[in-house]
Amino acid sequence: MNAIIGQPVSRVDGPAKVTGHATYAAEFDLPGLVHAAMVVAPIPRGHIRSVDTAAAERAPGVLAILTHENAPRLPYHQIPQRPQVDAQSGEQLHVLQDAEVRFNGQPVAVAVAETLEQAVHAAELVRIDYARTPALTIFDPARGRPPSEGNVKAGRVPELGRGEAEAALAAAPVRVEARYTHPREHHNAIEPHVTIAHWEGEHLTLYDKTQWVDNDRKEIAHVFGIPEERIRVVSPFVGGAFGSALRTWPHVTLAAMAAQRVGRPVRLELTRRQLYTSIGFRPHSEQHVALGATKDGRLSALKHEVIQQVGRYEEYAETVLSPTSHLYSCPNLLARYRLVEMDTNSPCPMRAPGVVTGVLGLEMAMDELAVELNIDPLELRLRNYAETDEQKGLPWSSKELRACYATAAERFGWSRRRPEPRSMREGDQLVGYGMATAIYHSDRSAATASVALTGNGGAVVRSASSDMGPGTYTSMTQVAAETLGLPLEQVRFELGDTNLPYAPVHGGSVTMASLGNAIVAACGAAQKKLADLARAAQQGPFSGLPSEAVAFHGGGLARADGSGSVVPYAELLRQHNLGWLEAEGSAQPGEETKKYSSAAFGAVFVEVRVDEALGTVRVPRIIGAYDVGRVINPKTARSQCIGGMVGGLGMALEERADWDARFGRVMNANLAEYLVPVNADIGVTEAIFVPNDDRNFNPLGVKGLAEVAICGVAPAIANAVWHATGRRIRQLPITPDVLL
Amino acid sequence: MPPEPAQSFAVTLRVNGQSFETEIDARTTLLDALRDRLHLTGTKKGCALGQCGACTVLLDGKRVVSCLMLAAMAEGREVTTIEGLARGDELHPVQAAFVEHDAFQCGYCTPGQIMSAVGAIREGRAGSDDEIREQLSGNLCRCGAYANIVAAVRDAATREA
Ligand code: FES
Ligand code: FES
Repeated sequence: MNAIIGQPVSRVDGPAKVTGHATYAAEFDLPGLVHAAMVVAPIPRGHIRSVDTAAAERAPGVLAILTHENAPRLPYHQIPQRPQVDAQSGEQLHVLQDAEVRFNGQPVAVAVAETLEQAVHAAELVRIDYARTPALTIFDPARGRPPSEGNVKAGRVPELGRGEAEAALAAAPVRVEARYTHPREHHNAIEPHVTIAHWEGEHLTLYDKTQWVDNDRKEIAHVFGIPEERIRVVSPFVGGAFGSALRTWPHVTLAAMAAQRVGRPVRLELTRRQLYTSIGFRPHSEQHVALGATKDGRLSALKHEVIQQVGRYEEYAETVLSPTSHLYSCPNLLARYRLVEMDTNSPCPMRAPGVVTGVLGLEMAMDELAVELNIDPLELRLRNYAETDEQKGLPWSSKELRACYATAAERFGWSRRRPEPRSMREGDQLVGYGMATAIYHSDRSAATASVALTGNGGAVVRSASSDMGPGTYTSMTQVAAETLGLPLEQVRFELGDTNLPYAPVHGGSVTMASLGNAIVAACGAAQKKLADLARAAQQGPFSGLPSEAVAFHGGGLARADGSGSVVPYAELLRQHNLGWLEAEGSAQPGEETKKYSSAAFGAVFVEVRVDEALGTVRVPRIIGAYDVGRVINPKTARSQCIGGMVGGLGMALEERADWDARFGRVMNANLAEYLVPVNADIGVTEAIFVPNDDRNFNPLGVKGLAEVAICGVAPAIANAVWHATGRRIRQLPITPDVLL
Repeated sequence: MPPEPAQSFAVTLRVNGQSFETEIDARTTLLDALRDRLHLTGTKKGCALGQCGACTVLLDGKRVVSCLMLAAMAEGREVTTIEGLARGDELHPVQAAFVEHDAFQCGYCTPGQIMSAVGAIREGRAGSDDEIREQLSGNLCRCGAYANIVAAVRDAATREA
């Protein structure tokens, strides 16, 4: 049988997606479904003085108006060990539990009506009188403070380093130092967040947009103070999320609350504008990087300070210092992380949270150092190549970054780059080449899966994972099919339901390294169960054989010595009068985390064209080479990478939440004014995977893929803009007004 | 005080060659009518503001964003949605090309992309990569599948030509 892992298989759920038959959370058709619409606070801080719902309640079709005055009091029990996707300190928003307004956009009422139009209309009729109190709406780095204990315990440390960075910096023969910023950015998945809540007696079913059904259930169980067993979360398709659907947001509670009140299933879909305040975002960040180097380009000192905005009611912090700690070899390093409290909804992970920010500052500063030293930017990276993780003092489980540099540079034609800025032109356009390194730490978490071998000769594999787009359905089907020795079409993978075996969060690039190995284990467990039956049988070809004398291959059981024929799964099941046979398997991180540091790597090269008369930057080419360990499906993996490039281009050139400090509000909370890349913005996007197979990290040999794909893109573009124009724009996005 | 909303009334919508009689409200958009009244949920809601293209359908063969059109205005006209493209199990060439070229990840913008592509090809506006990029720039893909979308549309356009 041909290998299935490593083949560019088309998505198994592709036909469902292109025909409109994939069912996303909003689309479950429940009898008696009614609709909810939220009312949100228009002030950044204060409290509600009075609420008048009389007109709203009289409006046609209205079933209920919930406010803090009449909403049920919910226990909001603490989860003993906070899920890593939640803010690690402070207290989440207890929605409709009091009169306080903590941020602009906070849900303060919800209207429930027979139809969506009626609910929206009723929400407009709710009159609320607010008392405004002074708010923190300005990002003032001087107010920066270290992350609090909960976050420090979760690895979001205020400081890390080694050696004597200050002294080494002072003594360094060559130094560069600069400040870089990126604005608040929003996920803007095309599918809005939406929940359908349906109570049947004491049992609640949530059809929800989530990257983690198991955690969604746990959170709502704690909020409502009911046993997890009474909640089921269903989420077979997720229309993009990029981190926004990792944790459970207040609107999920609102939907469940509303459904309880009206005794009907309720759908609550956030509007595009509400998506800027009812879920999280990538926090505004300012960073200061100072590099010291010898004349021949060896880093001798690295100082990196990152300051980010954070909400006031709870504290979300990121692993911003992680890339700085180990991307380059440098004996003296000091990295510092500070948070500035603001009255805003809480930020949350957005693709490569923290790391994309840290890489941005570091990789732009490296480019500045290359200029200062008059060394090619790629050469500078090679001279400071980290052979080990110098912060952890561990070897890499694998690292093919040199191959990434070489492959991408060759493919891009980096050698054609002239070092001086403004030295390359095409017609009236300035041409710039830029590059940057990408890194994202690789993690894995405990996962379980089940495999049912079925009487028709196929298999059904299940786990409560998610597929927000990377192709979990497809890649897990490949892993199972190859492990069982069955053709792809004979295997079906099911996910997105809390009735299925426990899966870890679908985020942080952990899915394949975690769940993939659990599926291999589950396949092995099912095979063992079947083989044991065959060996224990009174008769048959395997009767009485020791376990090592039999082996599975080619879709069935055979004698290990190759004699006799292969008995297919279905035949074995029939012989034992079984319609099907099921087994569970699990996988979890082991000793490898103590022995190795693991990360995915990449090298990104871009070409920009700058029209100086218009201030526009076009990006005709982005070429990236990646070491992500073994690649299960090059087709879907490539899609993830080019998607990351598009996201990075947005970050570099387009994306910015415009913040009105008077009201603590995002002014451009829609897709026409908050710019994201469109088709015409994208030229050639090309991803190459360098061969690797990281068995030190996990048995499947995969690392992680989603996050590394966005890292490095924005700094490579900013560096290319410098090369084209000679202007170092340290504040993203690089929009025409900045360049003019 | 906003005016009292209109009563609901019955309309007949022609969708994918079939007639559907349904109760709507004067404010019901074509998009919401398709999704919530006719349960044709292949047409997606991304913004409800005419900014993302996820809700693109063909109205008398022309591309429109169905979130900016009232359902009542579609009476007597022919609506084609993503559900109306395939013939039984056989995918429309644009649909097949999207699967082949992996022109999506999450799949949420995909029906809109495909309807736009079908419209653009029919109008003869998918002649070059640049033209495809331009014609499909009203359809946002946050998963960033643009390069694959262009490849798929180019492929389907050449196959159909
Ligand atoms: S939903 Fe119609 S354009 Fe976005
Ligand atoms: S495929 Fe996810 S938005 Fe386009």
